Amino acid sequence: MELWFTEKHTPHVNFSIKVDKQLYSGQSEFQRIDVFESREFGRILALDGYLMLTEKDEFIYHEMITHVPMAVIPDAKKILIIGGGDGGTAREILRYKSVESIDLVDIDEEVAEVCKKYIPQTADSLNDPRVNCYFEDGLKYIRHHENEYDLIIVDSTDPFGPGEGLFTKEFYGNCFKALKETGIMVNQHESPFYPADAYAMQRAHKRIFDSFPISRIYQAHIPTYPSGHWLFGFASKIHHPILGANWKKWKALNIKTRYYNPKLHVGSFALPNYVEEIVREVE
Amino acid sequence: MKQPTQENAPILEALERLKQMRIVPFDVPGHKRGRGNKVLTDFLGEKCMSVDVNSMKPLDNLCHPVSVIKDAENLAAEAFGAAHAFFMVGGTTSSVQAMVFTACKRGDKIILPRNVHRSVINAMILCGAVPVYINPQMDKMLGIPLGMSINDVKKAIRENPDAKAVLVNNPTYYGICSNIKEIVKLAHANNMLLLADEAHGTHFYFSDRLPIAAMHAGADMAAVSLHKSGGSLTQSSMLFISDKISEGYARQIINLTQTTSGSYLLMSSLDVSRRNLALNGKKIIDDVINMVEYARGEINNIGDYYAYSREKVNNDSIYDFDITKLSVYTRSIGLAGIEVYDILRDEYDIQTEFGDLANLLAYVSVGDRPRDIERLVSALAEIRRIYKKDSSGMLEAEYISPKVMLPPQEAFYTNKEDAVLLDKAVGRVCTEFVMCYPPGIPILAPGELVTEEILEYIHYAKDKGCQMTGPEDMDLQYLNVMG
Repeated sequence: MELWFTEKHTPHVNFSIKVDKQLYSGQSEFQRIDVFESREFGRILALDGYLMLTEKDEFIYHEMITHVPMAVIPDAKKILIIGGGDGGTAREILRYKSVESIDLVDIDEEVAEVCKKYIPQTADSLNDPRVNCYFEDGLKYIRHHENEYDLIIVDSTDPFGPGEGLFTKEFYGNCFKALKETGIMVNQHESPFYPADAYAMQRAHKRIFDSFPISRIYQAHIPTYPSGHWLFGFASKIHHPILGANWKKWKALNIKTRYYNPKLHVGSFALPNYVEEIVREVE
Repeated sequence: MKQPTQENAPILEALERLKQMRIVPFDVPGHKRGRGNKVLTDFLGEKCMSVDVNSMKPLDNLCHPVSVIKDAENLAAEAFGAAHAFFMVGGTTSSVQAMVFTACKRGDKIILPRNVHRSVINAMILCGAVPVYINPQMDKMLGIPLGMSINDVKKAIRENPDAKAVLVNNPTYYGICSNIKEIVKLAHANNMLLLADEAHGTHFYFSDRLPIAAMHAGADMAAVSLHKSGGSLTQSSMLFISDKISEGYARQIINLTQTTSGSYLLMSSLDVSRRNLALNGKKIIDDVINMVEYARGEINNIGDYYAYSREKVNNDSIYDFDITKLSVYTRSIGLAGIEVYDILRDEYDIQTEFGDLANLLAYVSVGDRPRDIERLVSALAEIRRIYKKDSSGMLEAEYISPKVMLPPQEAFYTNKEDAVLLDKAVGRVCTEFVMCYPPGIPILAPGELVTEEILEYIHYAKDKGCQMTGPEDMDLQYLNVMG
């Protein structure tokens, strides 16, 4: 018997992982949630059939979405994570002792519960006393906050389904409002490779670019995401993502990382020409 | 044969039976179940094309219904509480025309509020009826026309005892209702028919949390846009009549202008929507009310905006309010409703129903999701944060009372007509329509005097981005007036 998890990266491209067994399958109010056990990638979380994380490569995504902004503002105290119910982003942020509180807002409580049970590698962080979980619509939550956060991390699903509100201009504008004067917003920014993803990426960039004075894109290599080439957005009110990095302070924290390092931080903002073109088109 | 019930959808069922029969079509339409128009079939889908068929014995005939259309109309009449229902395929415009044509002949008077839909005045041009306008009261702050005051209706009836009918908007575009029950009594006591334009009132028939529906209030005819809150396809509509109206005469009137190739896509959509409303209407409308009430609360919490509701009720010109309407007053952030409407669409990818000079109307229905409501509310919050400016200097909307000099038909079909520059038209009698869209209510109708006040309004509304529709000169440089 062979059991395979397959995600369509495009209508003409399949990505498959051989599955040992299915650990969980359920339908929440918002989406279908599945957890698989695999030999190559360990446990896998899929939402509505889209692969969200695997135990083997989640460190790349979670390190890049957190340490890049934290190297710029290593003394950040108040963090907001929108999405991120799997806990991976919170886990990385908790490594900074100076962080006083992490508000985590995810629309789907069942994802967090399922991850706590089946993927403790990331979701154990949700039990930390510094993490406050709110299970509601991120767009609604952010509307009611002003001048409050040092860092907002948008750790969303894709721009269709329950996460679509997190790719809108009204959302980014409300994030701007909820950040302090020195605040930074980092977001999961889709992929530049396949045309449909690239279009979503370009639209998101246009909206962020319109909402923040500084808006740059950086990249990482994530093997289990479509094309493997993944982007993040860095938007801020005053801080430059490279010139503003506080390497002395960050190195002194002595945080051990597997993917991220200062050299890679700088290099990750150097984009391939074809990606630059997509980005420039809307700037 | 078993009597059909509200669980049935006779037209839908007949179409399904037809599909199974695999009839060879040597009749119109020429696309022959889509095979003859591949591009359109790929676009709309084979299922859709296969039921775009012509009247035939198993499917009845809209012009002369004797089987499945008759059954479907009877079920609709039962569901809406009318003596008879007509399925209409020319939009609610055709239903409104049929009402006016049924009630009035040339020269007959009809009492109606000025904020009627253009289709009502168009109908008068065609049949030669003469309007007696009642000035709707005006909400000064919101700048919107309201319902009719009972005293104004009484006065109009007293002064025009020969009028044949009174027409009521139930509700207006903004969700405002007149005291239709009382107006029915006044009309009937004076031998007049009560016609209701319920283009925005389909849902009233299926909830006890909403204003009273016209047929339940004793109206004689009601034009109901099922394609708005009822969920049927665009351009489908229903006309209801009471037992005071001859069904046969009303059908003759309808057949004067109705197509003889009634679309089965439209008719089946009416049939299915009626079934859905009859079986699940209460729950559907409760869901919509809950979403709108939530949105209204959130919008009012943003600050400056005013999403109004039942608190505006004054027992006369605002006798009742349709709480499924999400109307938002925007002038308090220094922007006209139409400006907010444009920003929402251009900057936030959110399409609302319309914006006028002071208000924005978002149409909420069973098809909306809570997360879309969040987007609308959040975008409004952002627009206020980014665009808010001083609101002084914005035109205070006043109701402009029309001065009717000639019946619409006489003015429109006059032989003595001049086209003059718009600004030179003051003091002349207009022979065409000038409509401000949104909201589509006439500023000038054929037969009315052009005044300074009207010109000022036209210039201001144009400047804010409203479209001026109706005149022969689409740019409205020139206006046609009586020679």
